[in-house]
Amino acid sequence: MSSPVVVADRVVVPIASVEQRVDAIQAAFDERGMKATEAVAEFPHLVAEQWVPHNGARVVAKAWVDPEFRKRLLANGRAAIAELGLSMPAHHRHLVVLENSPALQNVICCTLCSCTAMAVIGLPPDWYKDLEYRARVVRESRTVLREMGLDLPPQVEIRVWDTTADTRYMVLPERPAGTAGWSEERLAALVTRDSLIGVARLNAGTG
Amino acid sequence: MDGIHDLGGRQGFGKVRYGVDAPAFHAAWEMRVNALYSLAVRAGIFNMDEYRHAIERMEPRHYLTASYYERALTSLLTLCIEKGLVTAEELQQRAQGAIPLAAAGAAGRSNAAHRERFQPGDLVRVKSDYVPGHIRMPGYIRGKSGRVVSESPAYPFPDAHAHGISAEAEPTYDVRFKSEELWPASAERAFIHVGVFQSYLERA
Repeated sequence: MSSPVVVADRVVVPIASVEQRVDAIQAAFDERGMKATEAVAEFPHLVAEQWVPHNGARVVAKAWVDPEFRKRLLANGRAAIAELGLSMPAHHRHLVVLENSPALQNVICCTLCSCTAMAVIGLPPDWYKDLEYRARVVRESRTVLREMGLDLPPQVEIRVWDTTADTRYMVLPERPAGTAGWSEERLAALVTRDSLIGVARLNAGTG
Repeated sequence: MDGIHDLGGRQGFGKVRYGVDAPAFHAAWEMRVNALYSLAVRAGIFNMDEYRHAIERMEPRHYLTASYYERALTSLLTLCIEKGLVTAEELQQRAQGAIPLAAAGAAGRSNAAHRERFQPGDLVRVKSDYVPGHIRMPGYIRGKSGRVVSESPAYPFPDAHAHGISAEAEPTYDVRFKSEELWPASAERAFIHVGVFQSYLERA
């Protein structure tokens, strides 16, 4: 333990750094046979290979080229993505897919914490978890989107979806013009994580 | 609880620090935190509702200045102590310093005694409930009316599940609110959809 500092009549122990705090709990878990170090070593693979926006991009591309799949996806997201071999954590019991149109923009947030459909969209980016996005996007959606580079015409309706329960959301962006005849793979390469969250739209030059 | 975490609609925050291809993590320790709290949930030490509630119980100044993953870490450490897996002294010894923890929690509650089944199109009102424990009702919808869009599968009732109280799983309703009604004359026009647990709702 670091040397205590005596301030007036109080003994103040300096606060451990975040790294030291993580080391402490990891070692405590390991000592109890919980294999924490293995879990820590495995985790970057989950992040890089399983919880990636490419999953959502594949879903979107399939929905663009296959109208029957699109119908099933909008009716029951969880069942439809399973057709592509994708699954969600057990407690995410429901996936609601929100379809954009020229007159409608759907946007996802979580004002209370930072919930997302990580198995489809990928782990949320830093700004999604920041206080600014959580506080403002429900009340000043148009301004927030404009500040983030999405300047919507005034006639476009905005729907903001606050993830307060274990239902998860994914935005189905519009298929960009000029992509007729493209393969699913090429279409999927156009789809960005931010378009799945609903803070960006796509064009044929995105990819 | 009406905690500092309940940020929806709070004013005074600046621009979103947005970048295309923004990362989820900024440091290796953040990924370790994510791995470790996930492991703790898998091991049954605590559930996600308890995890969220422990973040909400952080002292407000600490909450606002901590990064996302420091909040996650604080919840993890607090719950491992509260659940008796480790002691605060052991963690302090190992960390060689003081460890900021979340404050003790208040009581939770079970499902509402009378719960109604709603249909898409029904006009509903969010009850004016004030509870000291965990709740998944953002303050900005309290007492407000909206229209039911759809029903989602039953989930464990968070107000109970975060406190180890037995409760029935219950459905959530996707309720559509008008921003102008949530913040009269003080919001940009949009529809705000919120997943609202059945216990929080009554017929309007």
